Amino acid sequence: MRLKIKRIKEVMGFNTLRLCMLVVVMILAVIFYDIFSKGAGIISWEFLTKPPVDGMTKGGIFPAILGTFFVTAITAILAVPLGMGCAIYLNEYARDNGLTRFIRLSIRNLSGVPSIVYGLFGVTLFVDMCHFGTSILSAGATLGLMTLPLTITASEEALKTVPRSYREGALALGATKWQSIRTNVLPFAIPGILTGTILGLSRAAGETAPILFTGAAFFLPDIPNSIFSQFMALPYHLYIMSTQHHNISLVRPIAYGTALVLIALVFLMNLVAVIIRYRLRKRGMAHG
Amino acid sequence: MNRKNKEKLIEMFFLFNGILVILILVGIFLLLLKNALPAFKEVSLQHFLTKPIWNPDAYEQPTYGLLPMLVSSLMVTVGSLVVAVPLGIGTAAYLSDVASPRVREIAKPLVEILAGIPSVVVGFLGIVLLGPVISRLTGTYNGLNALNGSILLAVMALPTIISLSEDALGSVPRAYEEASLALGANKWETVIKVKVPAAASGILAACMLGMGRAIGETMTVLMATGNAAEFPRSFLGPVKTMTSTIAIELGEVAYYTTHFHMLFAVGLILFLITFVVNLCADIIFHKHTRVQA
Amino acid sequence: MKIVKVLGVAMAGAALMATAASAEMIQIKGSDTIINLSQKLAEIYMQQNPGVKISVTGGGSGTGIAALINKKCNIANSSRAINAKEMESATAVGVAPTRIVIAIDGLSVVVNKGNPVTQLTSDQIGKIYRGEIGNWSEVGGSDMPINLYGRQSNSGTYGFFRELVLKGEYSSKMNSMNGSSQIVEAVKADPSGIGYVGVGYVKNAEGISVLEVASGPNGIYKSPLDKASVEDGSYPIARPLYQYVSGTPSGETKKFLQFEVSSEGQVIVEEEGFYAIAEEYKAQNIKNGL
Repeated sequence: MRLKIKRIKEVMGFNTLRLCMLVVVMILAVIFYDIFSKGAGIISWEFLTKPPVDGMTKGGIFPAILGTFFVTAITAILAVPLGMGCAIYLNEYARDNGLTRFIRLSIRNLSGVPSIVYGLFGVTLFVDMCHFGTSILSAGATLGLMTLPLTITASEEALKTVPRSYREGALALGATKWQSIRTNVLPFAIPGILTGTILGLSRAAGETAPILFTGAAFFLPDIPNSIFSQFMALPYHLYIMSTQHHNISLVRPIAYGTALVLIALVFLMNLVAVIIRYRLRKRGMAHG
Repeated sequence: MNRKNKEKLIEMFFLFNGILVILILVGIFLLLLKNALPAFKEVSLQHFLTKPIWNPDAYEQPTYGLLPMLVSSLMVTVGSLVVAVPLGIGTAAYLSDVASPRVREIAKPLVEILAGIPSVVVGFLGIVLLGPVISRLTGTYNGLNALNGSILLAVMALPTIISLSEDALGSVPRAYEEASLALGANKWETVIKVKVPAAASGILAACMLGMGRAIGETMTVLMATGNAAEFPRSFLGPVKTMTSTIAIELGEVAYYTTHFHMLFAVGLILFLITFVVNLCADIIFHKHTRVQA
Repeated sequence: MKIVKVLGVAMAGAALMATAASAEMIQIKGSDTIINLSQKLAEIYMQQNPGVKISVTGGGSGTGIAALINKKCNIANSSRAINAKEMESATAVGVAPTRIVIAIDGLSVVVNKGNPVTQLTSDQIGKIYRGEIGNWSEVGGSDMPINLYGRQSNSGTYGFFRELVLKGEYSSKMNSMNGSSQIVEAVKADPSGIGYVGVGYVKNAEGISVLEVASGPNGIYKSPLDKASVEDGSYPIARPLYQYVSGTPSGETKKFLQFEVSSEGQVIVEEEGFYAIAEEYKAQNIKNGL
C-alpha cells in the first residue's frame, strides 16, 4: 500500500515537472504563432526593400533593417577585438591572482548591468563627453560595451577548447608565447569565438533601451551617410509602431511584420552561429 | 626592438585589455555618480529616499521621491519570480532528471530560443496579446498593469533560471543519487529530497540572476505596465518602474538640470541593486562550487 | 589574423565615412503631437528635393527643446511655448530659440463611444483630471468610476492641458501613456475612460466620441472637429503648434520651414487632421525670419 502511494506520488510529481516544461514550450509556441500568423501576411519583397511612406502607414522597413545592420557592425568592430583581447589575456597570460579574480568578477557584474544603465552611460560618455552626438557611432559603441561580457566569455570558452599540447608544441620549437598563440591557438579558436560573438551580436541587434537616447530616429528614410548620422532601427521601429504612431491600430500589421523580421534576423544570426559550431564539432571529431 | 621586449609589450597590451573591463565597470559607476551627485545640491538625500511621490514636473513644487518607482520595480520583480521560480526549477528538474536524452536535445535549444527573443518583442506582445487577455479575465478595462509586466518579466527571466538551475542539478555528484536510490527511495524522492537540496545554492544563485535580469529589464515594463505615477496599490493597477522612468524621462529633460541629475541618481540606485544582487549570486554560486569540489 | 585586418579596414572605412558627414541633414526632434505631421511633411519635401535629408525623432516637446539647447537638432517640435527655465538654459549656451507656428490644434477630450456624456465644461474637465470628480454620474453620465488617461510629463500636451484646463496637479491615478495614439486605443477599450489628444488623432478614429467643450457653465459647447470654432478661438482648448530653430532660420532649414507654412504644406497639415495657420501667425512667422 505504502509503495503504491509512493508510486502515485512519483508519477504525479514527474507529471508536474513535465507540465512545467510544457508551459514553457507553450509560451514559446504562443509567441511564435502569434507573430508568424499575424506578421507573415505583410512580408513581401517591397516590405523588406522600401522605406515607409504615407505617414508610415504603408511601404516597408528597409531603413530600419539597414540601421540595425550598421549599428550591429559598429558593435562588432568594438566588441570583437576587445572581447578577444581580454579573453586572450585571461586564458593565456593571466595568473591566478587577485587582479585576475577581480577582472572575472567585473565581467560577471557587467553582464548583469541593466541595459538602460548602459544607455545612461552611453549618453554621458559617447553622446556628450566624446561629442559623437546621437548617432550610429554612439549607439553602436554603447551596445558594444554591453555585448563585451558575452564576447569575452565566448572567446575564452573557445580558447579553452584548444588543447595545451598545441601551445607546448610551438613553444618547444622555439616560438615565443605570442607566436604560439597566433599560429597554434587562435586559428583553432576562431570558429568558436565567432559562434559566441554572433550570439552576442544577435542580442545587441534586438536591444532597444540602450539606443533610445543614443541615436535611434522615428523617421529617416534615407540610407545613413555617415556614422555620425541618426538611424532607424528594427527594435525601435517596433516600439514606436506599437506606442507612438498616430494610428497604432492601423499600422498594427506593420508592427507585426517588423516584429517578425526582427525575430527572423535574430534567429538567422543564431542559426549561422549554430552552423559554425556544428562544422567545428565535425572538424573536431575528424581531428580526434 | 628585441624579441623579449616585443613579447613584454604584447603581454602588456593584453593585460591592458583585461584591465579595461574593470575600467568600464568602475567608469559606469563613476559617471553615474558624477551625474547623480549635483542633484543633491538642491534636493536632500532624505527627500529622495523617503518622499512617496515622484513628480519632477509638478505644477508648484517638484518632488523627487524614489519610493513609488522602487516599490513598482520590486512589485513586478517579485511578481515575475512567483511565476518564474517554480516554473523554471520545475522545467530544470524535468530536463535534468525526467526527460529522455532525445527530448532534452530538442527542449534545450527551445529554452535558448526563448532567451533570444528581444525584449521589445515581448513588450509588444504584452500590449497586443496579454493585455487584452488580462483585461477580459480580470474585468479591468486596460490590461496594461503590474500583472502584465510580471508575467512578461517571468518570460524574460525563465531562460536564465532554467539553464543555470539545470547546470546546478547536473553538477550534483552521481554518488548522492545512487546512495539515495540504494536506500530505497524512488526517483521522485531522490530528485526532491536529495538532488534539489544538494543543488539549492546553485538554484538560489540562478534565481537571483533571474531576479537581476527582471529588475533591470526596461522595454517590456515600459510598454506593458501603464506607467502611472501614483504609488502602486495592486497588481491590477498601473505601475511605473525605475527603468521605465529613466526611459521615459531622460529624453525630456534639459541637460544638467536637477531633474536630469535625479534620473542618474535613479540609474545609480538601479546599478547598485543589480550589482548587489549579482554579487550575492556570485558568492552563493562559488560557495556552492567549492562545496561540490 | 584575417579577422583583425578586416576589422581594421572596416574601422578605417568608418572613419572615412565620418569625415564625409553631410551638412545637408536637417534633424527634427520633439513633440509626439507633431511627430506624425512632421514625418509626413518631411516625407513629401524629400520626395520633391532628393538631395535633402531630414530625420524626424519623437520623445516629447521637452526632448526637442532640450536637443535644440544642446545643439543636437536643427528644428525642435513643440506643442507648447518654450518656458522660462528652458529659455535661461538656452541663453546660457548661446542659443536663441526662434518660434515658427506650423499648425493649429484643437486639443480634443475623448470618451468611449458607449458613454452618454457628450459635453463638458472646461472646469468640469479640470476637476475630473485633478481627481476631484471621480464618477461619471457627477457630470450627467452613468454610475461608473472615471478612468483617466493622459500623457507623460515630457509631452507638451501634458503641460498645455495642465496650464489651460487643470490649473493644478494631475491626479496621481492617471494612466500615463507613451503616445497619444495609445490614449485613443485605451479609451476605445475602456467604457469609463477619458483622454485628451491632439485633434489629428481623433478625426478618423472609431469607437470614441469627441466631447464638445465650453469655457464655462454659460458658454457655448463647441467641438474641436469644427474648423471654424477652432480658428476663431471659440473652442476653448485650441493651441498653436510650434517649431523652434536656433537663431534666424537659414539654408535648407529655412527652405523646409517655408515649405511647411506654404499653402502646399498647409494642405498636408489639414490632411493630417490639424488646422491651417491663421494670418496673424503667418505675419509672426515672417517677422521671425521666414
